[in-house]
Amino acid sequence: MSRRFRLWLVAVGGAGLAALFTAAALDLPAFGGDHHPYGDRAVHASLSRHTANVIASVNFDQRAFDTLGEMTILFAAVIGCGALLRQTRDEHRATPEPQEVARPVRRYALLVLPVALLTGLYVIAHGQLSPGGGFQGGVVAATSLHLLYLGADYRALERVRPVALYETGDAVATSAYVVTGLAALIGGSAFLANTLLPYGTFNTLSSGGTVPLLNAAVGMEVACAVVVLLARFLDQAVEIEEGNGT
Amino acid sequence: MADAVIVVALLLVAASATAAVAARDPVRQALVLSVLGVVLAILFTVLQAPDVALSQLAVGSALTPLLLLLAVHKVRRRGRREGPRR
Repeated sequence: MSRRFRLWLVAVGGAGLAALFTAAALDLPAFGGDHHPYGDRAVHASLSRHTANVIASVNFDQRAFDTLGEMTILFAAVIGCGALLRQTRDEHRATPEPQEVARPVRRYALLVLPVALLTGLYVIAHGQLSPGGGFQGGVVAATSLHLLYLGADYRALERVRPVALYETGDAVATSAYVVTGLAALIGGSAFLANTLLPYGTFNTLSSGGTVPLLNAAVGMEVACAVVVLLARFLDQAVEIEEGNGT
Repeated sequence: MADAVIVVALLLVAASATAAVAARDPVRQALVLSVLGVVLAILFTVLQAPDVALSQLAVGSALTPLLLLLAVHKVRRRGRREGPRR
């Protein structure tokens, strides 16, 4: 394919996309505005089931099945990473040398670690009440553990992070989500339907029926998945070297 | 007033996204990407979507640059062992 032909192809494709995009954008409702038919219905459904955070209600009640799909994508991605980044036969593990950490960095990392971990857990626990939830809090909690790598060294991180345990946690949390869905099925309604548990008092931690349960399952799954993912990447970046014992 | 804030946030996103594309060094790109994550989080907050802003802050400005930096580190280390390529 000549350079000229390629340029021509890109120009035609780009022009077509631009035309379609403009035509689609012209039909959109104006920016802002106060007519939100879907939003109004979502808020109504959320309030009728005593869930204060409407987004959590959409994620874990009205569209709980979509969330199961997203969760499975992350689960599959972590399995794929584990398979791709495993130690192969022509590689060996070298023990990384402990390195001197600048004192301010160490102090800052060790000071922020508990605060960040607590923030992550808070965001998970209050997912059904305030902005946030299992996904966001899980990522915060998992990344906060890695401040130990910045503040101390890789060995310290490995001690608080037995990867096998987190791999199990990942699988258990994913199963817990499915089991909660099946429980609704056994209770006589649809898969993942939020009809099993009492809806509780509005704006308390236990309100919203199965929303807090599913939220906690996602929080655990995401936290474990991120820890395992980063562990695989860190192994490759720090420990695993090519060649047999050279 | 709110419109002005939205316009400023949008311009910041456009500027940092362009900078992320224009940066050629992967390490610098990862750092610009993390700035882009923060700016996007600001935009989402201004547009009253705090949930999405939190996800963006956690994934876009912390996790993705971290994974990128680790991958770059691995590739560079392999390059050093096999001798300089450039």
